[in-house]
Amino acid sequence: MNLYDRLFPPKTFQLENGKTVKQRRSRMPLAVLFLVIMTYLSVKVTGFDMKILISRINQFFVILAQMFPPDWTYMSQVWEPLFATIQMSLLGSVIGSVLVVPFAMLASTNVIPNKAAVGVMRLFLSIVRTLPTLVTALIATYIFGLGTLAGTTAIAVFTFAYIGKILYEEIETVDMGGFEAMEAMGATKTRAFISAIIPQVLPSYLSNCLFCFEGNVRYASILGYVGAGGLGLILNEKIGWREYSSVGMILIALFVTVFFIETISRAARKRLV
Amino acid sequence: MKERIEKAYESRPRRWIFEAAIAAVVLLLLIWSGAGVETSGTTQNGGRIALNILSGIFHPDTDLLFNLTTEGVPYLLLETVCIAFLGTIVGAVISVPLAFLSASNLTPKPVAFLGRILIMAVRTVPAFVYGLMFIRVTGPGAFAGLLTMSLCSVGMVSKMYIEAIEDLDTKVLESLDAAGCSAWQKIRYGILPQLMPNFASTAIYRFDINLRDATVLGLVGAGGIGAPLIFAMNSYRWNEAGAILAGLIVLVLLVEWISTKIRVKLARG
Repeated sequence: MNLYDRLFPPKTFQLENGKTVKQRRSRMPLAVLFLVIMTYLSVKVTGFDMKILISRINQFFVILAQMFPPDWTYMSQVWEPLFATIQMSLLGSVIGSVLVVPFAMLASTNVIPNKAAVGVMRLFLSIVRTLPTLVTALIATYIFGLGTLAGTTAIAVFTFAYIGKILYEEIETVDMGGFEAMEAMGATKTRAFISAIIPQVLPSYLSNCLFCFEGNVRYASILGYVGAGGLGLILNEKIGWREYSSVGMILIALFVTVFFIETISRAARKRLV
Repeated sequence: MKERIEKAYESRPRRWIFEAAIAAVVLLLLIWSGAGVETSGTTQNGGRIALNILSGIFHPDTDLLFNLTTEGVPYLLLETVCIAFLGTIVGAVISVPLAFLSASNLTPKPVAFLGRILIMAVRTVPAFVYGLMFIRVTGPGAFAGLLTMSLCSVGMVSKMYIEAIEDLDTKVLESLDAAGCSAWQKIRYGILPQLMPNFASTAIYRFDINLRDATVLGLVGAGGIGAPLIFAMNSYRWNEAGAILAGLIVLVLLVEWISTKIRVKLARG
């Protein structure tokens, strides 16, 4: 019995056979109270004002209207950064998802019995996951110089963190019979991991990698903002010059690309799982 | 017995042509991407810069970290949390009608398809483009950031809401019908209990992501912790960047821990 139940005692029902059952009070009021307080605080801090929003929302559509019709002639210059974006996200996703496999192995409790080692590994993965992609990209541009290499690094780091968490959770749900049998026969942990666990997690691992790649194509288009190559570079430039019809063209190109990649990857993922 | 095993082994599915083709395509794509990686002349002292960054990040500026004015890290974090929180709420509210419109088991196919295309289009536009558009509406500041966050949330949240709606168990509704319930009772006892945990869980998950993505907003001056972080990094003040990053990492880890706990509770009912 916790504090909440003591403050609001549960409702008791007398059944026909003389038994009493207790229904605990709903947690809803607590959640609602929390939501209301947080919303009030947030409105105060951010200066949310419905009046401004309603009276000036038409300004939002000014830029949107200028994007249409898009400047089709600009498309010839979009191809190169568009391909750079896809290359960045593909290579970054592959590097990140391959590199993370040993780390995920070390972070799963059923492979490594040592709790402390697993905890340290998980903390490491968590901290990498909290690093905003934009910050990683910015740091990468300082180290590797401007260009797609920085973007590739940032995407690899993001994929590393994202796939790592999913993969070790996946490994922990695996059937350990094969692994134990191989260890009993004298195989090393790594050998047993490769032969007994990898085949079991491979389909969902590949499916998650594809899903991550889909998202990365979108992310990669932002990275150009800090100089890490790709579509973001020309997007930033065209917004700076207020050539919104070119911006519209870039966005349409990105939309079509993302649509194609998502369709292909969804078909592939259906076959996998 | 042995013959039968061998026979079965002989007639195993042979998909090596298909698999080899896939492998070749993937390999070609990888070579193509590898060839595309370029950098504008790596600075020779990249290693030294990396060391500088690391030392700065591990020696955070404690004045900034524990400064309680509006310039300090605690207030900036509070502002970021508020932007992410209200952004999630507004986004989640907008997503509900959108998701009901695009769920293929409730609306006719063409409408649902249009709804999905719209959601995908909303999701494709990068956050900073929305940020710039909203700054025209509200002026720079946290308000623009919150509107941007809510629009960015709509894409993913409504996609997951659609999945929840399409998984609705209609048998419950049929039995409520048979028991003679009114439409309102059907919604209250048939639909809401099925959807609420799922919707709440999605919103909490999105809050996590919004908190992490809030740095993007700083780029366009839409409030939050992003702008001071990027400024500090652009002017090589790594101690300040370290302080802000330290605060952000602790906050995100904390929120993630709490949100995972709540979501596990919601999933178990």
